[in-house]
Amino acid sequence: MKYDSQKVALYYFAGALVLFVAQILFGLVIGTIVVLPNTLSELLPFNIARMIHTNALIVWLLMGFFGASYYLIPEEAETELYSTRLAIVQFWLFLIGAAAAVVGYLFHIHEGREFLEQPLWIKLAIVVVALMFLFNITMTVLKGRKTAITNILLLGLWGIAVFFLFSLYNPANLIMDKIFWWWVVHLWVEGVWELVMASILAFLMIKLTGVDREVVEKWLYVIIGLALFSGILGTGHHYYWIGTPGYWQWIGSVFSTLEVAPFFAMVVFTFMMVWKGGRAHPNKAALLWSLGCSVFAFFGAGVWGFLHTLAPVNYITHGTQITAAHGHLAFYGAYVMINIAIMTYAMPNILKREPYNQLLNMWGFWITSSGVTFMTFALTFAGVVQSHLQRVLGMGFMEVQEQLSLFYWMRLGAGLATFIGVVLIVWSLVVPGKAKQVGRVAAQPAE
Amino acid sequence: MSEILTKAAARNIFYGGTAFFFIVFVGLVAHSVSTVNDMEKSNPVTPSVAAGKLVWEKHACIDCHTIMGEGAYFAPELGNVWVRYNGREDAAAARDGLKNWIKSQPSGVEGRRQMPHFEISEQELDDLVDFFKWTSEVNTQNWPPKVSG
Repeated sequence: MKYDSQKVALYYFAGALVLFVAQILFGLVIGTIVVLPNTLSELLPFNIARMIHTNALIVWLLMGFFGASYYLIPEEAETELYSTRLAIVQFWLFLIGAAAAVVGYLFHIHEGREFLEQPLWIKLAIVVVALMFLFNITMTVLKGRKTAITNILLLGLWGIAVFFLFSLYNPANLIMDKIFWWWVVHLWVEGVWELVMASILAFLMIKLTGVDREVVEKWLYVIIGLALFSGILGTGHHYYWIGTPGYWQWIGSVFSTLEVAPFFAMVVFTFMMVWKGGRAHPNKAALLWSLGCSVFAFFGAGVWGFLHTLAPVNYITHGTQITAAHGHLAFYGAYVMINIAIMTYAMPNILKREPYNQLLNMWGFWITSSGVTFMTFALTFAGVVQSHLQRVLGMGFMEVQEQLSLFYWMRLGAGLATFIGVVLIVWSLVVPGKAKQVGRVAAQPAE
Repeated sequence: MSEILTKAAARNIFYGGTAFFFIVFVGLVAHSVSTVNDMEKSNPVTPSVAAGKLVWEKHACIDCHTIMGEGAYFAPELGNVWVRYNGREDAAAARDGLKNWIKSQPSGVEGRRQMPHFEISEQELDDLVDFFKWTSEVNTQNWPPKVSG
């Protein structure tokens, strides 16, 4: 860490970790309601707990992106942040807004479109927060060095704000609603979020492997090129069965199949950089998360996405537990892991803890990753059985669900393991490591 | 890769390609929107359908159910619930059946997923059913494959 203002990232990382724990806790609640349906059924219905689970995820990932930007942009631009105070005000506004939304949900104050349940005034507050953030980082980049990493990161973050504006458009025609709802949801997670992810990953590769910037940045352009060339028209895989024309089946099938390519490129990129770089960076855990991120994103977003993206397959699997399986592994691999990777790299630097609880952090990696992987398999098997019984044999939904209870119990168990892993990750990042490790690592380069 | 592709070339391909694919996408979406507008002529969004959609949103139905396959996968698909209740043959019975079902929740049956009790007026229930009926008329390329949803 070279610039004092980078410290402001700590607010965001801390806020993100708190919401991460909340997200997993509400995941456990809805996982429990699925297997024991009478749980809390009057007090906290499934729909309310579920919107907290998904919204907490989205908000903490965004908060992590904000923190990552505040950490890496001064270092890339080689200048202090435009305004540290603005960044702190922005943090509290965002956190209070998120907390207000959650409390409101508990009292059934919400809108009714999936993931966009925030009341209008919260949505507008999000826009204000986003503008504060974009102003701050854009001004920083403008007065400093411009690198490919900052360009792509800014493009991704501006894209997040621009596409979020479509959340304010809610037409009475359900088809129109769905078409443009996906402009937020798909163009976020299979579009501009990938720019943010790839640029953070590129930053980590430069720092952790010592490979030349020119090489890393060229890879970065190739990866995000593949991401957007496939991902923009890949939106078509959401336009199969919602009242849109049939040609989307062809466009969606072809281009969303290609969406595997950028994730595969990320795997090749990260492993090649590590192999070429040959630097023994002392922060092994950050490297583990970076490599893990590309691998899990490839499987979760790439392979599990391809699994049900071809129109004839999706005709049978659309809206079954297959979708849920893909959703969990994709979000974990691509966006949870990139966030934990940058936190694992940056937090010990900010807190001046050169030796920190690395081993515990790596245990957190393996336990959480195993939990999410097992969960994904359980839901995938549930989805295959469900697709056959409900979509091929035509059995009723509730009848089919009873057949899946074993898988749902396994999912809940996997969720518990995930929670334990998350506690270890948070602990390792927040609590200082033991002093006896100092001597062993002190001789290593600091960055 | 270093000789074949320079960083500047990679950057230009990225910006140019992205602009190209985004323009193609916007064009196709614009065409799709025009087909949706055409469809509205035969299946108009009446004030009660629009009001029904707001009832659907007010109670966050989508965070348990799915509609056209999108939602929370915890409760049945409702895009074709009108057809499942035989609304095309006997509209009055389907309407009563759907309204009575919603009014009778929660069932309180042990071990069965519970739909909450919602404060919904008779008017809102009718609007909601109109919304379901409208949705069932949408050309979804024959999805879902079975009436079970």
